[in-house]
Amino acid sequence: MTPVRLSHFTASSCLGCGLAATLTALLQHRGGLAPRHFETVDDLETQVGEVPQVDDVALPASLAEYECRNNRLAWLGLQQDGFSAAVEDAIARYGPQRVGILIGTSTAGILQTEQAYRRRDPNTGALPEDLLYRTTHNTYSVAAFIRRYFRLAGPAMVVSTACSSSAKVFASAARLLAAGVIDAAIVGGVDSLCLTTLYGFNSLELLSAEPCRPFDVDRKGLCIGEAAAFVLLERPGSNLDADTVLLLGAGESSDAYHMSAPHPDGLGAQMAMAAALRSAGLQATDIDYINLHGTATPSNDAAEGKAVATLFGDRTPCSSVKGATGHTLGAAGGLEAVISALALQHAFLPGGINTRHLDPTIPIQYLTANSTLAPSRVMSNSFGFGGTNCSLVFGRSG
Amino acid sequence: MASTTTATLHGWIDGIGVLAPGLSTWTQAQPILAGAVAYQRQPVLVPTAAALPPPERRRVGLAAKVALPVAQEAIANARQDAKALAAVFSSSGADCDNCDAICRVLASEDRHISPTRFHNSVHNVAAGYWSIASGAMTPATALCAYDGSFGAGLLEALTQVVVDGVGTLLVTYEVPYPEPLHAKRPLPAPFGLALVLMPQPGPHSLAQLQVDLVEAPPNQVTIAEVETLRRQVPAARGLPLLQLLAQGRRGRVILEYLDPLNLAVDLLPCR
Repeated sequence: MTPVRLSHFTASSCLGCGLAATLTALLQHRGGLAPRHFETVDDLETQVGEVPQVDDVALPASLAEYECRNNRLAWLGLQQDGFSAAVEDAIARYGPQRVGILIGTSTAGILQTEQAYRRRDPNTGALPEDLLYRTTHNTYSVAAFIRRYFRLAGPAMVVSTACSSSAKVFASAARLLAAGVIDAAIVGGVDSLCLTTLYGFNSLELLSAEPCRPFDVDRKGLCIGEAAAFVLLERPGSNLDADTVLLLGAGESSDAYHMSAPHPDGLGAQMAMAAALRSAGLQATDIDYINLHGTATPSNDAAEGKAVATLFGDRTPCSSVKGATGHTLGAAGGLEAVISALALQHAFLPGGINTRHLDPTIPIQYLTANSTLAPSRVMSNSFGFGGTNCSLVFGRSG
Repeated sequence: MASTTTATLHGWIDGIGVLAPGLSTWTQAQPILAGAVAYQRQPVLVPTAAALPPPERRRVGLAAKVALPVAQEAIANARQDAKALAAVFSSSGADCDNCDAICRVLASEDRHISPTRFHNSVHNVAAGYWSIASGAMTPATALCAYDGSFGAGLLEALTQVVVDGVGTLLVTYEVPYPEPLHAKRPLPAPFGLALVLMPQPGPHSLAQLQVDLVEAPPNQVTIAEVETLRRQVPAARGLPLLQLLAQGRRGRVILEYLDPLNLAVDLLPCR
């Protein structure tokens, strides 16, 4: 593919709001999962990666109809690291119809409807008047919110492919840029805590009671987190700073296997990684670090481990940051793209946390401590329910 | 402004599938949309998902049951191999029955939802079942742009055709919410529409299409009851294109996308 520049980026998660807090947590090798009871969820024994600052956000009156946890998290994310100003600059350069919006989310503002169902009219069963479906519950609501926030008038969409959503937005945005439909794109992921995912993963017996331990022999499942991560994508232009991060390749595939279990040999994952390498024009040996999907469920890590071992052997350092951030579901691809970019710019490899005894049946080079090895090119994996897989390759320009 | 050039996206339509009230297949719908046969509104008879293995057939919800047959019809008409096509699924609501069922359980004393309900709640539910049914391990995505979901799907599918040079299956579909959500989002009936889009013309190509983003009002369907569907169902915003295809004539239609942008589709029939 034609490389695309990450002109500006930001992330907010349980590690903190903005890049400085995120980087500090990663360098200190610490996470943000905690045994908090979200909303009325007091009957599940798990840890969550909550962004506490979301509760303090008050949306501007002009955006009141978008009021919901997911859009408040999006708004919080847009305020960090001068991201909104960078987008405004791009809009001034290209015009409001030439800046696209491609956001990944799995559940958008479904929490509004989950809560509204408790307030159904006892006689008619009707939902309360104050539930605004279009601007909160609908899957597109977060992209509509961002389009309104920036007063944009160009293409917009949500990619909602469960936990690969905000990785796939990079591939879609790169195509829109290559086709000349847009000149810049706001991509990223926003997913917030809600009851559907907490009780849903509990029903699959995939929720971990302790902070999740990716690739540990005793891993017990995932912990759910929430995050807003945004990247401004543009064509590379000339005079790139050596620290500039580029999207070099993207690979997508489907498992054709099962709705909620990965292909046991990670065949789909392997195809996505191979396609990403082809797209970037690189060999496996060109990749210095793999940011694994690494949810810490027994089946995901086993399947992804097989796929990585098949393509990369045990030569390539890799880790999952989900022990630190939790699994931020539809925001994970975006959040981990930003973490990959931080690793490239700040010359380190983030070691996974919480993993005490590596699963000896998974022959990959899993990092449990940070490394000062400075990567030039990294791969980031995101896989999801429905057997959807996406791998991205990022690199330094110099 | 550094750039005001607007890109034109090209491709070929090789196959069409449709399932809607009074439009049960493309074969049946074509003479109706062409004006040769009168439209009669009929309830949608949703086929069983025969393409799925028995375990998945038991678990599948209405959304995938609507999306799969239109995908299969379009691919059969195009005489293409599903395993060789990328797929783009676009829907405003995905599986709406399932959403209501989950919200009811979560608002009750016992919040334990079933694993099947949970995995059917993902917006890519139809894409997932499609991949299992067809065996396609090619890229599949699932989009939402509320009422602009047809336009978003067409843009995504056509950029895959143009940039990646791959044949792409576009499936747009909706199913109704039951009450009480129906009152908030009144989608009237199941509706599915599929197109097979190819980067090169082939022996089965029906028409060349060219798509531009424009600021112009969308076209209507000239059959009043079908026009009502177009206004009510996001996936049905593609019906003016189907009508032009049914008429087999060269022309331009404007399809609703996202205010202020709509999609201008120029169609050049291959035969």
